[in-house]
Amino acid sequence: MEVTTQNFKNNVGKALQDEQLQLAMQRATAAFAGKRQSAVAGFADFEALRSYCAAVKAHTLAYLDHYLEQLTASVEALGGTVHFAADGAEAVRIVTALAEAKGVRKVVKSKSMLSEEIHLNEALEAKDITALETDLGEYILQIDGDVPSHIIGPAIHKTKEQVTRLFHDKLGTPEDADIPTLTAAARRLLREHFLTADMGISGVNFAVARSGTVVLVENEGNIRFTTSLPRIHLAMMGLEKIIPRLEDLPAFLSLLPRSATGQKASSYVSLITGSRRPGEPEGPEEFHLLIVDNGRSAVLADPKLRDSLRCIRCGACLNSCPVYQQIGGHAYGWVYSGPIGAVLDPGLLGLEPTVSLPQASSLCGACGEVCPVKIPLPELLLEHRRRAVERGLSRKSEKLAVGAFAFLASRPGLWDVNTRIGRYGARLLSREGYLAGGWLPLLGAWLRERDFPEPARRSFREVWRRELAEP
Amino acid sequence: MRVALFATCLADQLFPEVAVAAVKLLRHLGVEVVFPAAQTCCGQPAYNAGYQLEAREIAEHHLAVFRDCEYVVLPSGSCGAMVRSHYPELFAEAPRLFAEARDLAGRTFELTTFVSEVLGRVDIGADLSGLRVTYHDSCHALRFMGVDEAPRALLRSAGAELVEAEGHDVCCGFGGLFSVKMPEISAAMARSKLGGITATGVGVLTSTDAGCLMQLAGTLRRQGAAVKVRHVAELLWEGVERAQG
Repeated sequence: MEVTTQNFKNNVGKALQDEQLQLAMQRATAAFAGKRQSAVAGFADFEALRSYCAAVKAHTLAYLDHYLEQLTASVEALGGTVHFAADGAEAVRIVTALAEAKGVRKVVKSKSMLSEEIHLNEALEAKDITALETDLGEYILQIDGDVPSHIIGPAIHKTKEQVTRLFHDKLGTPEDADIPTLTAAARRLLREHFLTADMGISGVNFAVARSGTVVLVENEGNIRFTTSLPRIHLAMMGLEKIIPRLEDLPAFLSLLPRSATGQKASSYVSLITGSRRPGEPEGPEEFHLLIVDNGRSAVLADPKLRDSLRCIRCGACLNSCPVYQQIGGHAYGWVYSGPIGAVLDPGLLGLEPTVSLPQASSLCGACGEVCPVKIPLPELLLEHRRRAVERGLSRKSEKLAVGAFAFLASRPGLWDVNTRIGRYGARLLSREGYLAGGWLPLLGAWLRERDFPEPARRSFREVWRRELAEP
Repeated sequence: MRVALFATCLADQLFPEVAVAAVKLLRHLGVEVVFPAAQTCCGQPAYNAGYQLEAREIAEHHLAVFRDCEYVVLPSGSCGAMVRSHYPELFAEAPRLFAEARDLAGRTFELTTFVSEVLGRVDIGADLSGLRVTYHDSCHALRFMGVDEAPRALLRSAGAELVEAEGHDVCCGFGGLFSVKMPEISAAMARSKLGGITATGVGVLTSTDAGCLMQLAGTLRRQGAAVKVRHVAELLWEGVERAQG
């Protein structure tokens, strides 16, 4: 996906004017959040589960080099091939080289946000290799030339009315088709592709180091087809997707579906350990695991940001975020949006092009509450804000204003005088009990959207002095 | 028992009636109230914008102002969260100030929490019968100060009918400087929030935080809506005055 994080303010303006988007976001996030709440309430000790999984992830990250080595050895012992890519360009080279070497003409893909990071589809198409998305949401986006806006529901920015029209235009389904009809049409089309693809590319939810198992969860069944029908399966993962042992898996499999879609378990769970073994009737002939860095090791090396690599890509923080609900995922300008996007994008892309993202939060704390692996998201947003100030990325006028504020706020005499002047000025600018000063700095921005009350004639401290102080 | 009132800069400068109500309420409950006049602001606007040094400067002053008070009570969850959760973090590398911050954090209470937990009072002799009200959970009060049941219990015990709004615990969009740095998003969040509130059909909206109330009241007025906005301290004091005839 192209990086447009620098255009955040413009993106936001467009998003807030987009009525279809507003409608779609309202429907989707409320549904996800509500279901998550029920699923969590139904689990005996969800807090303990969160703590355990947070600890497993933290431990794994602390010893990531060891676990990467162990994972590599396990996969290779099963006859699989492990590839490492330092960045997106290298990852794309590896995949296209492999595809060309193996005579691959058609690739079927299941959902992978990592593949969006590295522009994989475009690279394959450039080599005349057809790359087809098979996750229904991603498929919708692909035929519409659009990009994902949510980690697990990539097309939630589209209303069902929009999708119905799209399918009618591109696939010839009836104008008044219902959802089952649309799904059936996609299913028929995709089934053909599954049966004729040479290579299946999937993401990875969890890679188990000790056993070399790649774990994938889904509700549609497209991952099952993608990873078992074509003769080559390539699984691609960010290097942080490791967990140490199979014994750790059940906790994560309880946590992820509940946090993501409010399900106790996803419809299908695939545990893929190597490729077809001698004597087995089906499965890919070759299994490849592509482990990609693309900025993650820099985040890992950063003691304050490292916790963000615990993310298991559930999307719960997006669904709980009142800012995300208003602006949708595209406004953030890159693959990861919502609170985790505002934390991770600066880590992976650098703070300069992404500096607006951590500012787009009222620090309400809802995200930190729902994160299944206890990433301190509000604290990390604040950390990015601190760094923006330290690196001189904040506006000069703001720095001066805050400096002046701090100066006054630590000198009560001056504070008193200046607040009196400020209140007097505000009263001069007021009409009928409300401020009328659209040209004012700061307050002008307030007044564009809401009313601001005329300050009272006397401040509380004056009332206290005259009426409330007891001898 | 003696309590130092931390009025908060918003109440002091813009909504004095909130701090006045807090004082009268506490005195009515038999508490001696003092007002350390050197107080200014807790420093949260600077802190949330990432200005650590400036926030520390303000916080150091605040620590000095309230150093010798047994209890510090404030009509706000937001400023309270700043003192309780963030002051110790601000001084993590300055042992003496860290100890002071920890100490102050332990003595600082949001008003309704102070009344119900420290004073142990739920029935405060207020009469709010006939009042249909909805309560907005301020984010910092709810998530950082554990303010949830206390204000609701106080209102109910005074005979008010509390109607929960859909999204009562969703952010109103104020977020301090966020409201003016990202005004369009802030306003969109307020409008969403008000959808749930006006749907309750109540005549009064209340909360523990003047910032939230300022955001919501300003938006309601821009919409021409009839819902009145009152801080919970004001409502409770009005209830006490009514009960006393």
